[in-house]
Amino acid sequence: MTTATDTVSVTRDEVRSASKWLFVAGVVMLCIWVLLPIYFLMINALSSPEEVTSFPKRMFPSFDLASVTFFFKFQGVLRALWNSVQVASLTMILAIGLGAPAGYALSRFDFRGKEAFRFLVIMTRAFPLPLLALPLAIMFIRTGLDDTILGLALVHATLALPFAVLITFSLFSGIPVELEEAAWTLGCTRIQAFYKVILPLALPGIAASAVFAFVISWNEVFAAAVLTIQNRTLTAFLLQSLDVSPLPLKFAGGAMLVLPALIFIFAVRKYLFAMWGIANR
Amino acid sequence: MAEIRIKNVAKQFGAFTALHSVDMTIRDREFMVLLGASGCGKTTLLRIIAGLETPSQGEVWIGDRRVDKLPPRERGIAMVFQNYAVFPHLTVFENIAFGLRMAKLPQSEVDRRVKRTAELMHIEQLLKRYSGQLSGGQRQRVAVARALAMEPDVILMDEPLSNLDALLRLEMRAELKGVLAESKTTTIYVTHDQVEAMSLADRISVMNGGYIVQSADPVEVYRNPAARFVGSFIGNPPMNFLPATRAGTNQWTVAGRVVPGPNAPRDRIEFAIRPEDMRLGEDGIPATVRVVEPLGAHTLVTTDVDGSMLRALVDSDLSVAPGDHLSLVPQPDRVRWFDPETMEAVR
Repeated sequence: MTTATDTVSVTRDEVRSASKWLFVAGVVMLCIWVLLPIYFLMINALSSPEEVTSFPKRMFPSFDLASVTFFFKFQGVLRALWNSVQVASLTMILAIGLGAPAGYALSRFDFRGKEAFRFLVIMTRAFPLPLLALPLAIMFIRTGLDDTILGLALVHATLALPFAVLITFSLFSGIPVELEEAAWTLGCTRIQAFYKVILPLALPGIAASAVFAFVISWNEVFAAAVLTIQNRTLTAFLLQSLDVSPLPLKFAGGAMLVLPALIFIFAVRKYLFAMWGIANR
Repeated sequence: MAEIRIKNVAKQFGAFTALHSVDMTIRDREFMVLLGASGCGKTTLLRIIAGLETPSQGEVWIGDRRVDKLPPRERGIAMVFQNYAVFPHLTVFENIAFGLRMAKLPQSEVDRRVKRTAELMHIEQLLKRYSGQLSGGQRQRVAVARALAMEPDVILMDEPLSNLDALLRLEMRAELKGVLAESKTTTIYVTHDQVEAMSLADRISVMNGGYIVQSADPVEVYRNPAARFVGSFIGNPPMNFLPATRAGTNQWTVAGRVVPGPNAPRDRIEFAIRPEDMRLGEDGIPATVRVVEPLGAHTLVTTDVDGSMLRALVDSDLSVAPGDHLSLVPQPDRVRWFDPETMEAVR
């Protein structure tokens, strides 16, 4: 009897420690997968052009800003940067302006087809953009939306909307409906209750969701490359011109693209976890 | 004047009927408790009165106004929620002042009312804090103060004490009773806790399966349950029920003894007695002791009577052990009878 229990408990311990190792190994693998390219990117962006092309590679950057400075002086970079900011800002406004009301409706009202709607919101991500690009381009040329900030922002807003809806849905769901009801009993109309109680509580999360929409647009390259010619965003511009540029410039451009996205995502990470149902406190 | 009249109110959620045609009148300044197990419709009824739920049919009147089509803010009510619903982004002061500001009262009046209700609920020293810095009991006090500050015609409370720990619940219960009696406001209070209901209510409405089973003062509900459900729900431990068969006109056989009873048009009815209404004596119900639970003042004895369970509260001096045979004599004026078909009391 005693021996049997011992055997069982030993086995259980072994299984536990094995699964723990597996877990740790998985975490390390994922971290390397994500962090290593970023690490190399940063080292090379912050090294002098000679160091980038030399061998062996450095493990620590020399903080030589020659590549970065050169990158910013490169013709068209600043204009593309400004285009990117405009498109991303417009995307952010469109995605939140449409997504937040949808998220609120999903969290507070029961309506026919609610589950189907939620499913469809996610389904929009299932259509590969390359498949849509050609018809879109033709439609945009016909309506005169091609090569405009607004046209690209519309496409990016479509990409960002599902996330805006899902994040704000989970955000509003995390605010007890009793708070709203209490406001109604204390003299508020539905709209007053929203502005006085729900909005102040949801604002940080809505801001996070807006930043996420901004980043989606900032990082998007395919639609930007297809739908713009003169008014290229930074991603599209880099895709086009860096191909034929020297290596140090590629690294500097890559780093400039990654950095804002990284900073933004890091700042709003806890709200993005909320999207997947992990506690949003 | 804030008498509440509920006329023929029913509520369906899809195919589920939460309330079956309820009629009730709550008198001005009355403390009415809606008591029932979860899912009995008591919270639905409260939310219909508050205007947070629309009735499928029927009318709700507060005073001389029909309110069932009005939004909550126009009904002259204030509500205290089970999870308090204290606004986390506002200080305690602003929470209590919230409704007063919505009503656009002058600042001096807002200050006066917040100060008065905060004193009443003993939270004057917390006015600058946020809800995250308060304990559950303190949040509860803020929620009640916020409702009282509105000086409403009706205060609605949805299980306000159920999230507090036992000791705090006792303390708040007594305090609520005092404060609400002082405020002379009509109160409707929803709870599943029968002790809370008994101790607070002027009148208890016992609900079950979407019906109001009995509305009466607490002692009446306890002593003379209108239905078997009321007897089995109220009282800790609840009423005992034993099968009875006809032995003659107004005579019934219970556990082999013939006892006088009502004249019911059936051959089988149920004999009911509360655990504390039996004493040990000659010629009683023969019972075999199964479990003995000393409770301090009394000892709860669970016994077996011809396969039915019978619980009795006996003096704690008595020494009994499982397997003992007792003779339990019911107090004749405390015996009640129920019809097993309709589940209603037989008198």
